[in-house]
Amino acid sequence: MTAALSALVFAALPAQADVLDDIKARGTLRVAVKADYKPYGYRDTSGAIIGIEPDLAQDVADKLGVSIEFVPVVSSNRMQFLQQGKVDLLIATMTDKPDRRKVVSIVDPNYYSSGTNIMTPKSFGFTEWEDLRGKPVCGIQGAFYNKKTGRDFGATIVAFKGTAEVYAALKAGNCVAFVYDDSSHVATLEQAEWADYEMPLPTIDDAPWGLAVALGETRFHELMSEMIIGWHKSGRILELETEWGVANTPFAMDMNAKYK
Amino acid sequence: MEAFYDWFRVLYETTGINLPFLYDSYDRDRMFFGFFMTIKLSLVCLFFSIIIGIIGAWLQNSPFKWTRRIMNGYIQLFRNTPPLVQLYFFYFAISSLLPTVSNGYGGQQPILGGFAWAAISLSFFAGAFNVEIFRSGIEAVPRSTIEAAEALGFSRLTIYTHITMPLAIRVALPALNNNLVNLVKTTTLAYAIAVPEMLYEANQIWSDNVNVTEMMFFLLLVYFGLVGVLVWGMNSWERKLKLPGFGA
Repeated sequence: MTAALSALVFAALPAQADVLDDIKARGTLRVAVKADYKPYGYRDTSGAIIGIEPDLAQDVADKLGVSIEFVPVVSSNRMQFLQQGKVDLLIATMTDKPDRRKVVSIVDPNYYSSGTNIMTPKSFGFTEWEDLRGKPVCGIQGAFYNKKTGRDFGATIVAFKGTAEVYAALKAGNCVAFVYDDSSHVATLEQAEWADYEMPLPTIDDAPWGLAVALGETRFHELMSEMIIGWHKSGRILELETEWGVANTPFAMDMNAKYK
Repeated sequence: MEAFYDWFRVLYETTGINLPFLYDSYDRDRMFFGFFMTIKLSLVCLFFSIIIGIIGAWLQNSPFKWTRRIMNGYIQLFRNTPPLVQLYFFYFAISSLLPTVSNGYGGQQPILGGFAWAAISLSFFAGAFNVEIFRSGIEAVPRSTIEAAEALGFSRLTIYTHITMPLAIRVALPALNNNLVNLVKTTTLAYAIAVPEMLYEANQIWSDNVNVTEMMFFLLLVYFGLVGVLVWGMNSWERKLKLPGFGA
């Protein structure tokens, strides 16, 4: 009986083609990426999606020997795209959280990471979070670190709807700093108009980013795991940061040191 | 009191109805602060919009052509543009053109903050309507009443403050009532320029706790209560001022 069952299972296996076979048969790797998060994934003047994450995705396509198709996603719909099979792979600045691991298959190790930090005029000379006590600090309405910055560090949060309003308020002096993702700050501070600003504090709430494949895609998952280790080992992530004008992040440097 | 607050924590744990602004002291302080900010902003705006209305209606009837023109220009500008756009305009455009002051730790900050701009902008917005409301009241005062006062040798200002305005207010009250109710509701717009009023604080709380439904119910009820108090006050004022045989 058992032998018959296992024979049946083994016989059935080759017929169950997984997503890797689909990609090869199709000749195209479909990847969900951000199109509004410079420099991790954004559109150039011609409308093409470029950035660090599209470059990483290209590495995967090259490895599989197929062409690539970028599917722009936003935070609220990206996991659904993967679940519904509209894309094969998700690399879209997604923070790795336990409840997300139930919905999609997040690949270990993490490929990137970001935390919370402030962007502030150099002239203030802030060095620690406590320096913000009693001072107005700009934020984005609804961001989880507003509460922490207000409650634990005593800052008065001045929160706006979007980053454009915050940048205007920061320039006008309505607040002394902008509390947000450090990865966003790093990219903004590269611009000439923000030359007098800095990101002076130790990053807090560092959260790793996970790339994901659909649940149950074991072979693709293992392949991606190897690829991520390869990226860390070869310093590919550090190289891409430099190429896209981002200062090397501590996470990328640590991972490079760990796998080298 | 603590037992009362704890009851809401138990309510959350047992039923999933999450009202963190009752059991979490930090959120509670935020909500109270937001509530008083809404009341403060409303009172300031009510006061100044009525002042603008009274003075504006006086200037609108001025014998000088340019005073009337400027007044009408103001009304057209503020009545015919959205209040949110005005708020952004004052906060982001006008504010940056004004001189700055030292913020006490080595930087410069705008001379007026979010609250001041919200108060100015919303007062001007509601004030534009109030001018027209008072004008309608003034035009309802019989011409013969004013002529009689003129015949007795009263000055233009005395006639306005002692005869026209007291009669006009009675006629204008229902419309004024409407506009002031609107003004209290419009204070929620100040959340766009980060004035920590009730909607702003509620938004932070529902973002932190993912309890949008509960916060929406709460907000609706609180505003209903707040506006209810205003309407009750205005209505009883209306009844007190009622002159038998005159106007509304």
